[in-house]
Amino acid sequence: MCLAIPMKIRKRQGNRAEVEAGGLIRTVNISLCPRSKAGEYVIVHAGFAIQKVNARQARETLKILSPG
Amino acid sequence: MKYLDEFRGSSRVSFLGERIRRLMPRGRLLRIMEVCGTHTHAVCRFGLGAILPENLKLISGPGCPVCVSSREYIDSAIFLASDPLNIVITFGDMLRVPGGRGSLEQARGEGADVRVVYSPGEALAIAAQNLARRVIFLGVGFETTASAIAVTVEEAHRAGTGNLFFLVALKTMPAAMRALLSDPRTAIDGFLCPGHVSAIIGSDAYRFIPRRYKIGCCVAGFEPVDIMEGIYCLLTQIVSRRPRVQNQYTRVVRPRGNPVAQSVMRRVFSSGDAQWRGIGVIKGSGLLLKREFSGLDAAGLLRGMPGVKNDDARVKRCRCGDVIKGIIIPPACPLFRGACTPQTPVGPCMVSFEGACHAYYLYR
Repeated sequence: MCLAIPMKIRKRQGNRAEVEAGGLIRTVNISLCPRSKAGEYVIVHAGFAIQKVNARQARETLKILSPG
Repeated sequence: MKYLDEFRGSSRVSFLGERIRRLMPRGRLLRIMEVCGTHTHAVCRFGLGAILPENLKLISGPGCPVCVSSREYIDSAIFLASDPLNIVITFGDMLRVPGGRGSLEQARGEGADVRVVYSPGEALAIAAQNLARRVIFLGVGFETTASAIAVTVEEAHRAGTGNLFFLVALKTMPAAMRALLSDPRTAIDGFLCPGHVSAIIGSDAYRFIPRRYKIGCCVAGFEPVDIMEGIYCLLTQIVSRRPRVQNQYTRVVRPRGNPVAQSVMRRVFSSGDAQWRGIGVIKGSGLLLKREFSGLDAAGLLRGMPGVKNDDARVKRCRCGDVIKGIIIPPACPLFRGACTPQTPVGPCMVSFEGACHAYYLYR
C-alpha cells in the first residue's frame, strides 16, 4: 500500500496542513514532516505527509535520463 | 515541477528500455523481485512488461499487506464487527478478503457496522462522534502506514479517547525479505525496493541483503521512469557482479529515512512475530502496540472468540502463498480466472488492488 502522491503545501497550522495537487485540496497530518513549509512538496499517504520531496534531487534524476 | 508527469514521459521510458535491452546478457534468465504491491500494480498498469526483454522476469513479492493478512486476523475483525456495540473501520481493500468463513463485506451485509476509511486519522473523528460505541480500527500495512497509525495512537492516547481501539497487524519489509531469501525455492537476482516504505526506513535498511546474500537492491519510485531506471540500475549491478544498495528515488528516500517517523514508531510499537498468510510466522516481522497503549489495543476485546473452522475446499487449492513468494506467477494457480476472479476471489492476492493476481487479471 505504497500508494502516495506528491502534493504542494498551501498552508500549515500545527500538525495539520492544507495540501494541493491537480486541483484536489486536502487537509493532512504533517506531524511526520515538522520542517516542511508552504510552497514545498510532500508525499502524502493515507492522509499523512510522510516525507518532503527534494526538488534538486528530482531535477538530478530527470537530467540523467534525458536521451541524447 | 509537480513531480508526476515529468517521470512518465514515454521518450524517457523508451530510452531506458533501449539501454536495458542493450545491457541484458543473452541466454540468461534474470529474475527481479518487486517486493511492493504498488510496484506490481504500476508495472502492469503501465505495460512495462512489454518493453522489457523476454529473459528479464519481474516477479511479484509479498509486499501487499492485505494479501498477507492472516485468515485469523479477518476472523477476529468479523468477530468484533458482529457485536452491535462495535464499529469496525478499515481500509477499503480489506473488505472482501476471505476469512475462514466469509469476509467483512459479507458480515456487513448481515448487519455488522463496518466502515471504510482512507486515513487512520479518521478514526479519531468517528470515535468522537460515536461515544456510546466502541470504534475499532484495522491497522494493516507496512512501515509507511505504521508511521501514520503510530501518530494516531499517540493522538488518541493524549486525548484520553476511551472508545477507540486498534487491531494491529502491521508488518515490516526487511524481515520479510530476509525470510524470502532463506527459502531455497526463491531464486532472485535483485530486489526492486519499495519507494515509500523506504522513505520511512531509509535505503540503508537493505544493506544486509548484498552483504549477507550477495544480491543487489535498488529503491525505486512508482512512475514508469522510476521503475525503468530501478531495473536498469539492478541490471548494471548484476552484469558487473557488484551487488549493493542503490537508490533511484532520491527525491524522497534518504539513506537514513525519516527519523521523526522512526521515533514515533519506536515510541508506540515493539517488534514481535507476525503471521503472513501463505508464508507462516516470520520472526520479528511484526509491530505490536507497546504495553502502555494496551488501553487502545483491540486484542484485549477478542477474549471469548470461538475458533473458526475453514471448510472451503477451494481454499486448499489456492496458491497465493507461492505467488507472494514469487515461486509461481498467477496464471499457474489452478484457480486463476476460473473459480478465482476479482468478483469471486478465493485468495487475498485477487482481492487487493495491489495483489499480483488482481493486477494480472486486469492488465494482462
